Amino acid sequence: MLPELSLALIIAGLTAYAVLAGADFGAGFWDLTAGGAERGGRVRGMVQRSMSPVWEANHVWLIFVLVLLWTCFPVGFGSIMSTLYVPLFIAAVGIIFRGTAFALRGQAATIGEARVLGALFASSSVLVPFCLGACLGAIAAGQVPVGNAAGDPVTSWLNPTGILVGALAVITGAYLAAVYMAADSARAGLPDLQRAFRVRALGAGIVAGAVAIGGLIVLREDARYLFDGLTSGGGLAFVIASAIAGAATLALVWVGRFDRARFTAAAAVSCVTIGWAFAQSPYLLPESLTLEEAAASDATLVAVLVSGAIGLLVLVPSLYLLYSLTLKGRLDQRFEPLDQRFRPQEAGQARSEE
Amino acid sequence: MVAAERVAGALGEPSQSDLLAARQTQAMSFVFHIPLVCFGIAFPAMVLFTEGLWLRTGDPVYKALAQRWSKVMLILFAVGVVTGTILSFELGLLWPNFMATFGDVFGVAFALEGFSFFLEAIFIAIYVYGWDRLSPRHHFMVGIPIVITGLAGSLFVISVNAWMNDPTGFDLVGGEVTNVDPWAALFNSDLAFELTHMYLAGYMVAGFLVAGVYARSWLRGDRSPYNRAALIIPLTFAALATPAQLIVGDWTARSVAKDQPVKLASFEGLPKTERGAPFHIGGIYEDGEVKGGIEIPDLLSILADHDTDGKVEGLNSVQPDDRPSAINTVRLSFQAMVFIGTGLAGLAAFYLLVWWRRLRLPRSPWFFRAVVLAGPLALVALICGWITAEVGRQPWIVYELMRTEQAVTDAGGLWVAFALLAAVYLSLLAAVIWLLRRLARTSPEGEAAAPTEGAR
Ligand code: HDD
Ligand code: HEM
Ligand code: HEM
Repeated sequence: MLPELSLALIIAGLTAYAVLAGADFGAGFWDLTAGGAERGGRVRGMVQRSMSPVWEANHVWLIFVLVLLWTCFPVGFGSIMSTLYVPLFIAAVGIIFRGTAFALRGQAATIGEARVLGALFASSSVLVPFCLGACLGAIAAGQVPVGNAAGDPVTSWLNPTGILVGALAVITGAYLAAVYMAADSARAGLPDLQRAFRVRALGAGIVAGAVAIGGLIVLREDARYLFDGLTSGGGLAFVIASAIAGAATLALVWVGRFDRARFTAAAAVSCVTIGWAFAQSPYLLPESLTLEEAAASDATLVAVLVSGAIGLLVLVPSLYLLYSLTLKGRLDQRFEPLDQRFRPQEAGQARSEE
Repeated sequence: MVAAERVAGALGEPSQSDLLAARQTQAMSFVFHIPLVCFGIAFPAMVLFTEGLWLRTGDPVYKALAQRWSKVMLILFAVGVVTGTILSFELGLLWPNFMATFGDVFGVAFALEGFSFFLEAIFIAIYVYGWDRLSPRHHFMVGIPIVITGLAGSLFVISVNAWMNDPTGFDLVGGEVTNVDPWAALFNSDLAFELTHMYLAGYMVAGFLVAGVYARSWLRGDRSPYNRAALIIPLTFAALATPAQLIVGDWTARSVAKDQPVKLASFEGLPKTERGAPFHIGGIYEDGEVKGGIEIPDLLSILADHDTDGKVEGLNSVQPDDRPSAINTVRLSFQAMVFIGTGLAGLAAFYLLVWWRRLRLPRSPWFFRAVVLAGPLALVALICGWITAEVGRQPWIVYELMRTEQAVTDAGGLWVAFALLAAVYLSLLAAVIWLLRRLARTSPEGEAAAPTEGAR
């Protein structure tokens, strides 16, 4: 029971990361594809405005997952990190570039600077979720054996399942971001951006659904254990729930109810991570390490669960405060198309806040 | 001394030929993260203090200053977040066997640290983006959790490092870790002094570095109330922390003598266990003895035991294999830390004395030049302290239980990773400096002119 509860905590953290930070990565995707400085200026301005107050808090979920994993399942953690060192290293470097470039772009003084930093931010926003997704794919496909760097450093993740999950991570992030930013634009009274993100949300939603369904065929060939888990029992239930939530999101976006769509979109993604956990059980590393075998001592798991419960008592109200202030627009920065920012003033002179 | 039982790694014995690359990568990442941590510890308190002055006096200078600093705080926090994330990855990427073997013993500290970082990130965002959007009182209150989580975050991570020096909270049976008591591991006996020492170091580094920026403008003739406040506030924080640091450093040294005698012996390069052990200032440790340098009789005994005749264990108390290999690195770092600490304490005492007797800043330009230098020096002392602690613990990753070469990954390409990360860190450094200079060049008018009453 204790290992399952601990895993539930980890999956909850992973889900939060996928839903919250996934959208931040997706925002980077739209930033990347927004077009030239002038054409994409408004989209980029919205990305900057939506992400600024929340991305650091969203990012912490990753740290949370890492520390829980090494505390509760140390042998699993050591095996995963040592085998998958290539994608994890790339992801780590991508995280540095993304965070720094985003923070710096907020202070850029010329369009040229903003362009370089923006390119760095946006391209690492695609790289990081791909690599992290590929790691999950490698684990799910049973490519990580127990041991110190015991698996293959390249083929363990550069295989059909790894690439599929990596691509899915990028696309679902883009989809979430489009839905959230459509809602943000609607609230900020920017109809042109609302239309732009609505189209993107519909497009990305359809692509995400198609890749997910097509992906099942890949899994059938490449990761049979996972496929069987996803097509029976609890796994299947969550896959169906995810499909329903995804379809509902498309409908809500179609009719312009973006604030509701926020929640169904998040639910669609959450159901996938939870369904994945069901599909893999009872394994942490499919067919080589069960949850029971991997679990730390009971004393540690109890300590983690107790401090986790106490921590959540403080954390949840704080997060609520942050998101409710953000959603009410109390922390909003002025919306400003990114290219506009550099027009009224001379280059080299940063704007003053308000 | 009886050799303690060694642990057997949960993932077997690695055969890594590039251990040095792993160690250097770890060290490089710490050297980048730790200075940022100092700002995480100390800056929120300074910003909040300044905002408090504004609330009490209504003087817009304080508000402009607090707003300016809170922007800097956010940037440094963002860089702290990404460099800290790299460290979390590295624990697994470089030392999987260490994590697999002991992760469940010390992990709870990191789990709690995760929560602390969360709260810090949340409240920093609300604080920085909430200027003029929350009522001044609410805004001030939002800052308080940032100060607390700055302390909590360092408490938990220092607890892990202290545990590596003083591993407790489990039993070894046949090389296997059993009977884990995570709370005993979290509150190990080294935590109290390491935390206090690091916490004060944070105030010294952040305080002197920030004060140094404004001491430079002072030297260039800027005597505006803004510059004066910006100089005095961080300088006072640092000056109060510095004398206390000497006392805590002494406490630290005595605890190390008790718990990690081999590490203490390497501070001096003391070959044999003896009473009335001397301490050499300068000099080189070579062929089992210290050559050159100024010998001060009995000083090591005083440091370790507060007794001129105290017994100090020498390097010969353990096998040559179990002694730190880089004795000179440890010696040099330790001495640099102590000298800088003593020098800065002199500077701080002078400042506090003038302030106390005359209620004004010292007049001599040399004082301000010294303040400009004090920041970088405090930073050097900080890094040297960590080198003393970490290199002095070698060859152990967990003192006398697990050797560093047992902990390392079997993955390849470690030097490639080192080179890539070095390039990344250099560009990160360049970017941060570029940004802070950019911020420094814009006048604080924007902030000063902002409406004083911004509540909605
Ligand atoms: C501004 C920084 C600073 C200053 C002025 C000092 N220290 Fe320090 N010292 C540190 C910053 C530091 C540190 C970076 O924070 C360390 C690394 C590990 C730790 O706990 O603190 C440290 C470690 C450290 C250790 C090793 C602890 C261990 O291995 O567990 C000893 C024995 C001392 N210090 C002793 C001193 C003494 C006697 C000082 C007197 C002047 C002194 N330090 C000043
Ligand atoms: C928990 C996992 C940790 C591991 C595996 C680890 C291991 C190491 C290793 C192997 C080195 C290189 C030593 C050498 O070159 O001889 C090192 C250096 C260092 N460590 Fe640790 N350490 C850990 C935790 C910490 C913590 C928690 C801190 C701070 C709180 C810390 C601070 C440092 C610093 C500042 C250095 C740089 C020393 C230098 O420049 O050579 N370490 N660490
Ligand atoms: C094993 C060593 C370390 C690891 C794994 C580590 C990990 C991290 C991580 C993941 C973050 C980002 C948190 C976030 O996302 O908000 C961070 C930031 C931070 N770390 Fe470290 N850290 C280490 C060493 C240290 C040390 C030695 C200290 C201080 C004593 C420290 C104190 C902090 C603080 C206060 C922050 C907040 C960010 C800031 O204010 O700059 N950490 N660390």
